[in-house]
Amino acid sequence: MSLLAQLRARIRQVDAGLREFYVAPYRRTFARARRDEEDLFMMLVLSEALGVPNPAAGATLELLPEMLDRMHEWHVRMGMDRSPFEEHMRCC
Amino acid sequence: MDGPNSLLLAVIGVTLMLAGYFLYSKFLAKKVYKVNAEFKTPAHQFDDGVDFVPTNRYILWGHHFTSVAGAAPIVGPAIAVIWGWLPAVLWVTIGTVFIAGMHDFGALWSSTRNKGQSIGTLSGRYIGPRGRNLFLVVVFLLLLMVVAAFAVVISGLLVAQPGAVIPTWGALIVAVLVGQAIYRLRWNLLAVTLTGVAALYALIILGDRFPVELPEQVLGMTPEGFWIVALFVYAGIASLLPVWVLLQPRDFINGIQLFIGLIIVYGAVLIATPTVVAPAFNQNVPEGTPSLVPLLFVTIACGAISGFHGTVATGTTSKQLDRETDARFVGYFGAVGEGLLALGAIIATTAGFQTLAQWEEVYESFGSGGVPAFVEGGANIVNTGLGIPAGLSATILATMAVLFAATTMDTGVRLMRFVVQEIGELAKVRINIIAATAVVLVIGVALTFSQGADGSGGMLIWPLFGTTNQLLAALTMSIIVVMLIRKGRPFLPVLIPMVFVLVMSIYAALVQLVSFFRDAEWLLLSIDVVIIVAAVWVLVEAVIAMGQAHRGAKEPEDDVALSDDEKLPLDR
Repeated sequence: MSLLAQLRARIRQVDAGLREFYVAPYRRTFARARRDEEDLFMMLVLSEALGVPNPAAGATLELLPEMLDRMHEWHVRMGMDRSPFEEHMRCC
Repeated sequence: MDGPNSLLLAVIGVTLMLAGYFLYSKFLAKKVYKVNAEFKTPAHQFDDGVDFVPTNRYILWGHHFTSVAGAAPIVGPAIAVIWGWLPAVLWVTIGTVFIAGMHDFGALWSSTRNKGQSIGTLSGRYIGPRGRNLFLVVVFLLLLMVVAAFAVVISGLLVAQPGAVIPTWGALIVAVLVGQAIYRLRWNLLAVTLTGVAALYALIILGDRFPVELPEQVLGMTPEGFWIVALFVYAGIASLLPVWVLLQPRDFINGIQLFIGLIIVYGAVLIATPTVVAPAFNQNVPEGTPSLVPLLFVTIACGAISGFHGTVATGTTSKQLDRETDARFVGYFGAVGEGLLALGAIIATTAGFQTLAQWEEVYESFGSGGVPAFVEGGANIVNTGLGIPAGLSATILATMAVLFAATTMDTGVRLMRFVVQEIGELAKVRINIIAATAVVLVIGVALTFSQGADGSGGMLIWPLFGTTNQLLAALTMSIIVVMLIRKGRPFLPVLIPMVFVLVMSIYAALVQLVSFFRDAEWLLLSIDVVIIVAAVWVLVEAVIAMGQAHRGAKEPEDDVALSDDEKLPLDR
């Protein structure tokens, strides 16, 4: 390996270390924020099914199939062991 | 008689702490904690890419060290040298080697062996539910005192070192720009880091050229009072902003600054080798100085033993430990890093003055030295050693101390906000984020100004912080003792320091109680009563738990016979 390549590799190492040093202390905070955002979005998409009138139902209905994969995780996190939409959307 | 050369002091101190790492921590690892490189750590058991992430031990040490290191290992020793340099050096070195290192290593080990659970959860499991409640009370008090005391420290520094005003507030702008460059512009982190640090030092030079001195009255307040209010307003806003905007880049820049600061101080000592002018034992202590025993042992908390380290070790560090054997390096050597910071503070405050008379002038009363003495003494050493002008050196050190304290302060406000919201939930009252922050700020300001309009007596809170911090450490050590007894292992290396720390904490709290009563400091007296009750509570609960563990059946040596599921391949 040439000296320049070695130097580049060393700089990449330092950069990776710095990135880890930067990111790690707040990794949990960001993950929580992301999850809260997703929960809110899921609520919005499912609002019609939950009996809450949704003016954007036309758009959110299309998203329903996309959200089904995450449905189980969501309702468990919301404290519901079983899906609240047993009749229409079963996931467990 | 001339005092010793500070280089000799540094060499002896560093050698003792390194010997502690290479010898004593090895003994702890082999005979007491019996760490096993094959044990599948929680980072591997529950790897979720968020909380549980196997992390390189050097990077993890960096996280751990910068999370636990703040202004505390500077403030404590800088006050405690009033009794002379020798007691402070002895307590910092012996404390680091036999108590802090063991405590931090043990906290990491205990959490690793318990699915990465925090010290609060572990206290519930090993000491009982009351132990857990106690933990919450102690943590709340600790945060409250840190927030109040650090506001006083920073305001005092901003008044004493007006050159630090521009870099202190300018550092916020640098942090915001660093955050934007990383998240929005996605610049290379190494380049951003170098630019950020260069900008910070440019601000220090600018601040030194244009010191900002406030008039005697600002909005009807003294300059100290004004800065305290401004700091609380800032901490409130900082805690409400999304973390990526300010807190994350700020912590990062401060972490880098911590390493630079340590290099500057020790590098200057190495070149300047100043003589220690302060007495080994100060026989001529100013009137009103409390007795060395027990106050020394709570005045220097961080740097000798700190319960706060246990919350960091079990809260985040244990979840990222790649190998159980890394706990020795990350935990024990993390405590050594803090000890080195404390030793640097002792050298700056005892060898940074020309004569004994000059030193005595600074230490004219208990609490009068403190961080300003560190800045003044340290600046003299940096000036002699590295040739940086004394004024600029003072600005560098003052900015360093202010940034440490401010980081801890805004994080403290944020954590206290969570505690207030949790208490609200327990009381079935929903407290929103703004109201919770307001509650924290009001309590913090009340405690800070309970000492007087300018917060000049704020350092009175400091030993109270030490007492609470040591109490938390004793709680952690009692958990480790119970675990060791249950496993039928040697527990005296933990029990003896635990008893010492607990006895000194209770003794100090009682001494302070008398002093607060005499001076009619009712708020501090009330807090002190809560601390004494909590300390006695720890003692009783710990003794009961240890007795039960002693009488109960011993646990199998799980680390000797690991099942395949619990094993981590060594050749990974």
